[in-house]
Amino acid sequence: MNAKEIVARCERLFEDLRFGAVKDWKAAVPGRKAIGYMPIYVPREIIHAAGMLPVGIFGGGDQLEVIQGDAYYQSYICRIPRSTLELGLTGRLDVLDGMLFPSICDVIRNLSGMWQIMFKDKYVKYFDVPQNYDDAIGGEFYVHEMQQLRADLGKLAGREVTDDALRASIAVYNENRKAVRELYAYRAAEPWQAPTSELYLVLRAGCVLPPEEHTALVRAYLAAARAEERPRRDNARVVLTGSFCEQPPLSLIKSIEMSGCYVVDDDFQLIQSWLLDDVPVTGEPLEELSKAFLHRSAATSSKYDEKKEDKGKFLLKQIKERGAEGVVFAAASFCDPALLERPMLQEVLAKHKVPYTAFKYAENTGQMAPIREQAGTFADSIKLWSAA
Amino acid sequence: MSTPIQIVPGTSSPKKPPQAKKEDAMLLQKELINRNYHELATAHETNRKVSATFVPGNLNELLMCFDFARSLPETNALQNGMRKKSGKMIMDAERDGHSEDVCTYVKADLGMMLQGPVGPTGEPLPTPDVLLLSYTGCFTFMKWFELIRQKYDCETVMLHVPYQGDGKISPNMRDYVVKQLKEKVIPTLERVSGVKFDIDRLRQYMRESAKAEEDLVWTLQSAKHKPSPIDGYFGAVYYIGPIFTAFRGMPEATEYYRVLRGEIEQRMREGKGPVTPDGEHPGEKYRLVVEGPPNWTSFREFWKMFYDEGAVVVASTYAKVGGVYDFGFRHDPEHPLESLAEYCLGCYTNLNFPQRIDMICRYLDEYQADGLLINSIKSCNSFSAGQLLILREVERRTGKPAAFIESDLVDPRYFSAANIKNRLESYFQMVRQKRGAGGGARPGLPPVVPAAH
Repeated sequence: MNAKEIVARCERLFEDLRFGAVKDWKAAVPGRKAIGYMPIYVPREIIHAAGMLPVGIFGGGDQLEVIQGDAYYQSYICRIPRSTLELGLTGRLDVLDGMLFPSICDVIRNLSGMWQIMFKDKYVKYFDVPQNYDDAIGGEFYVHEMQQLRADLGKLAGREVTDDALRASIAVYNENRKAVRELYAYRAAEPWQAPTSELYLVLRAGCVLPPEEHTALVRAYLAAARAEERPRRDNARVVLTGSFCEQPPLSLIKSIEMSGCYVVDDDFQLIQSWLLDDVPVTGEPLEELSKAFLHRSAATSSKYDEKKEDKGKFLLKQIKERGAEGVVFAAASFCDPALLERPMLQEVLAKHKVPYTAFKYAENTGQMAPIREQAGTFADSIKLWSAA
Repeated sequence: MSTPIQIVPGTSSPKKPPQAKKEDAMLLQKELINRNYHELATAHETNRKVSATFVPGNLNELLMCFDFARSLPETNALQNGMRKKSGKMIMDAERDGHSEDVCTYVKADLGMMLQGPVGPTGEPLPTPDVLLLSYTGCFTFMKWFELIRQKYDCETVMLHVPYQGDGKISPNMRDYVVKQLKEKVIPTLERVSGVKFDIDRLRQYMRESAKAEEDLVWTLQSAKHKPSPIDGYFGAVYYIGPIFTAFRGMPEATEYYRVLRGEIEQRMREGKGPVTPDGEHPGEKYRLVVEGPPNWTSFREFWKMFYDEGAVVVASTYAKVGGVYDFGFRHDPEHPLESLAEYCLGCYTNLNFPQRIDMICRYLDEYQADGLLINSIKSCNSFSAGQLLILREVERRTGKPAAFIESDLVDPRYFSAANIKNRLESYFQMVRQKRGAGGGARPGLPPVVPAAH
């Protein structure tokens, strides 16, 4: 398949709010189960080791009309919980046997309890992660939490989740993360060859495909993108940050690119690159997952920075390693983590003389002209400064 | 998050409201609060270190072991709200780059700091020497102290309190909190203060806490009596002041609750209702349970809308935000660190949704309330996200009418008196109709909710 065909397949998966791929996967072998997870991070290895399909639920996007979901939220709450409820209440998530709600913010935290009440026949878990990064303190707590998830899923699967199964799943996800890292590195090196609007769809396919298949898909896209001949533009290279939970519409990503920006790093699908290197497949698997989380994972605003000096360090590293010239803060409206974090990151960028711009969106934002203008002006200003 | 509590009558409002009637307990509380602000103002002159921490999961007894002067930023924000100062502070913070979408307690606090080191009473409010980040029941806490640290370079120590997602406290959760206390929090507090930790001193404070907690619970539960001698929301924010903030564990707090209990016992004997800012309550017509924090910028106007109609709040979830004591928890000096962990884990906003709904239904039953009112606060997702489901579930389970109003903690732009008054009037009418229809546990009338979102 060429890049266009691969991307077209990913786009069909992305637009399918009935999760046909998940249904097909389940139907292929009777008794299979699928577990949904919300952003930002859950150890998918445990779900996979239980023989289940981890399914990323990132809201309803701009194609879903939210009617019932709106009845549960005030105007000042972001959109992702409404559209996720809409997906649930309209039966679109019936294909899932359970849902995990990671520790992102108070809204998603509370949604876990709402899910317990509204979908009583499903397995529902609020998945807490440590904000203390000592192995003997936060690590021990986290291993216990993962142990509990492992036991719960084992019960649901009707079989124990063994250490060997976990190690095998860690290996599968190591391969997946490696492929995603390669894709990100290639996009940063030749962003005109692998535009972010395509990369994004390839990543989103990872929400519904088994990881083995997704790894192959990422690699196929990489090969196909390399084979393309696409025009190189004099765009500004930017890191996009703050979009880790509620996702911007695809048209917004395209608009940023069309306005003259090459996005060379982003946090749209953090789960796929959260652990920064391979998790060892020897030793105690949950302890290894814990160590990777505590010591070798990405920074994001839902995660505590132990020291003042740590604030913005990860972002500065992204900028340096990807050769970015500026930062676009794109946060969902009413997103507490992203919006509270933003002034601190902006202060760090100002100190390092990195230009930035900021705007808000909702997953169903329809008006792209203002964003295109803002991003375009930002790109122009970067080009003017670098020319000076 | 929204929390808090101590209220000193404002001094800077151009239009002074009539002086509220004060009883001995109120005067005692006022003295405690003023003394605390003075201690904060003079802390560095007297070589005391200053701590800041949040109300839920507030480890006051532990902080006292290190002789810290103790500041609570939520309380500072609400004090500024009561004094009509918070609006400008919030706008200053927004001009300084903070989003209009985020918590106004945070912005009022940052805005206050932008104006210089002056606290709500006009006395200096020093930059804290340590921020004890009790990360309990509110995501925003973490960002709040990161923001303060960024600006003022304060030492920060995190106490991560896991959420009760499964509706229970597991041994793993408790052990995690205890370990953090032993290995992170206490060593940091020792280092910053220069005072060695003495567990017997902690035990002694906790003994005091437990005594005060007994009297607090008695006070709040006195509202089961008809007529209720207290208001369990507007009045309770005064009652919870000392115990949820810088005074739990002090003999003065124990004394405050002893005096308060005596006053309420007297009111019950005399068959009186709650004291309001305008004097005696005009007579109990409606008994309500309230979920959510109050609005502080128009606190008296808001309260008046209730007592003018003869409504008394007999129980509120907000009065449990700094600790849920009415189901048996007491600080336990025999197991001090484990008990502190249990306290933090059990705060109201650390409970999951089914637990919160169970608690409200229980209150409606035990306090013989007519219905539930939710005051949904724009700033506080910890409380507010999902409250419309609480409303539906409580109505479904109890058959009692529920209503929904919206306001904010300290942002005066989000208090619309006319809208709230209209909705309350509709709600009281609904309660009357329901009484006429006989009530009972069955699907109720359609709830009073905002027409559009």
